[in-house]
Amino acid sequence: MAQTVIDTANHIAAYAAKAARAQVVAAYPITPQTSIVERIAELVESGEMDAEYIRVESEHSAMSACIGAAAGGVRTFTATSSHGLVLMHEALHWASGSRLPITMSVVNRALGPGWNIWADFTDSMSQRDTGWIQFYCADNQEVFDTIIQAYKLCENERVLLPAMVCLEAFTLSHTYMPVKIPDQEKIDEFLPPYKPKWFLDVNNPFSHANLVSPEWYMEFRYMMQEAMENAKQLIPEIGKECGKYFGFEHGGLIDKYKCEDADLILLTMGTIGREAKIAVDNLRKEGFKVGTARVRVFRPFPKEEIRKLAENTQMFAIIDRGISFGMEGFLAEEIKASLYNHEDRPLIAGFVAGLGGRDVTFKTIEKIARKSSEWMQAGKVEKETLWVDLRE
Amino acid sequence: MAGSIKELSKEEYLLKGHGACAGCSLAISLRLLFKALGNKIVMVVPACCTSVIPGPYPYTSLAVPVQNMLFEATGATASGVVAAFHRRGIKDVTVVGWAGDGGTVDIGIQALSGAAERGTDFIYICYDNEAYGNTGMQRSGATPYGAWTTTTPTGKKERKKDTPFIMAAHRIPYIATACSSYPIDFINKLRKAKEIEGTKYIHILAPCPTGWRYDTSKTVEIGRLAVQTGMWVLFEIENGKFKFNPPSNRLIDKAKRRPVKEYLTLQGRFRNLTEDDIERIQKWVDEDWERYCKLASNQYV
Repeated sequence: MAQTVIDTANHIAAYAAKAARAQVVAAYPITPQTSIVERIAELVESGEMDAEYIRVESEHSAMSACIGAAAGGVRTFTATSSHGLVLMHEALHWASGSRLPITMSVVNRALGPGWNIWADFTDSMSQRDTGWIQFYCADNQEVFDTIIQAYKLCENERVLLPAMVCLEAFTLSHTYMPVKIPDQEKIDEFLPPYKPKWFLDVNNPFSHANLVSPEWYMEFRYMMQEAMENAKQLIPEIGKECGKYFGFEHGGLIDKYKCEDADLILLTMGTIGREAKIAVDNLRKEGFKVGTARVRVFRPFPKEEIRKLAENTQMFAIIDRGISFGMEGFLAEEIKASLYNHEDRPLIAGFVAGLGGRDVTFKTIEKIARKSSEWMQAGKVEKETLWVDLRE
Repeated sequence: MAGSIKELSKEEYLLKGHGACAGCSLAISLRLLFKALGNKIVMVVPACCTSVIPGPYPYTSLAVPVQNMLFEATGATASGVVAAFHRRGIKDVTVVGWAGDGGTVDIGIQALSGAAERGTDFIYICYDNEAYGNTGMQRSGATPYGAWTTTTPTGKKERKKDTPFIMAAHRIPYIATACSSYPIDFINKLRKAKEIEGTKYIHILAPCPTGWRYDTSKTVEIGRLAVQTGMWVLFEIENGKFKFNPPSNRLIDKAKRRPVKEYLTLQGRFRNLTEDDIERIQKWVDEDWERYCKLASNQYV
């Protein structure tokens, strides 16, 4: 029997690693990720989780140990946040370039200075070019299901790339929610034991991640791009399969809500997407034709779905919990880039909100929607990027 | 244990066509590594000369599985490989970290320290040519006092870091020094290390004609002089117990050691040394020996 537990997203991430039968975990503690690795340590030491936990001395070493373990032919897991993720940056490139299907949960936290431990996407957004698949979750059930799905996706021969499953600090990491945990046999059926295509085998020696000259380097990079395109195709398929097995789908690449007839679509990521549904319901009661679309997968970026979404609407309002300094919100950038060669381009306004854990409630989102609606009626976006609730 | 070169296997796992410089002692040491351990090993190799000399994809001159890795990450990566093999029940394969001095004593010391503290069951070998050789001879923490490098054009002002003793502070079961000019010693140390569980650290002095500025035919001679002058000491620390190895064990009497000047003046990198510098180096070497002799008589580090 599947069981329902009430727990935090961090503990749920630990249970997902266990349910996925991760064989080696290498991780270093950082607030607010700590309760993931603490729970894994408990599970491993009590014998409930049949894995080896390498208590490394830094996040750089955490990812390096995962690379070694994955190259050794086992399923690996790690978790980090914020400065830990940024310290890993070099090894992130090495993991994806080595085509190792490592899964990592990232607790999205702001970067210092000043020290701030609250929710912000800048940590993982600034890793967008590392060749990692990136999922962003909106509730604890989605965290569990996505970790399981991530392994299935990454280990697929057509993908063989690592994945981050991102969840926001405190809003999810330390918030208790009911989560349905399926039977282990069902999970094993959906995600069979890891069979590596290759590993560091003395009977079949080769030099992995060897020196590559200009003659070949581009081809290797092209294959990574192809793998990302394959992932884009596989994510909705695996999501549907997971839905059939366990009952939750979470929306494939983009989780859409009341977008069909919407003149204005609010584009979001993570928990803001969940809050936006409340805002949409409230605004609909007042007669606004508004919908919301939560981008679940940031890499590979769902360009085609964004274009489809743009076809029958007048305006996109994009809410970013992060900022690429000197440009604009990360999501706004990507959406605009996706639409440039597209005929049906809606008006686009970017909103930067909720940095460093500032609350973005449905009221904030309603305010964003009203402002966007004004601009939509005027046919002109007054401010390309508006910082919401900013002290001036 | 091998008593002579003649007893070694004729199998070669460092294949022909590698790109090491003429007179490179790293190539000699690699060959000896395979002579000692055979091909049931997996190597973790960070950025260093060994990540270049086997040649680019799709070729390699190393006939064992190699995980090439980031500069600072050898210890951590090896931990991952060891854990994976443990999970898979692979017991007959030795994991070897093979890194240069920069990747060991400088940028890689954190990951090495972590792996040693965790007791990772592997052999870590630092081949030490006393500078960042792969990038063209920049100073490292292992560069000796007075040596020219491209970033110390008038000679290094600081002394060489004593890395084997940093490793001794980790209380790992086996630490040894070696030199490519003493192949049997190196091979026996590798074989001993293979039989010990836990972290084993071997620091091998690797003379480098390109960086040290001596004739490529003199690599073996330079290595011998390093040992005979006492600038490099062959020893092992087994479970905390310090022991000199031949021929260093015959050099306890200062009179038996050749003056360091003989070693220094053969190398272009020491060309800028003054007589005062040479005297200072001699004094440091003698002081180090006093320390080692005390350790050898008390036996425990």
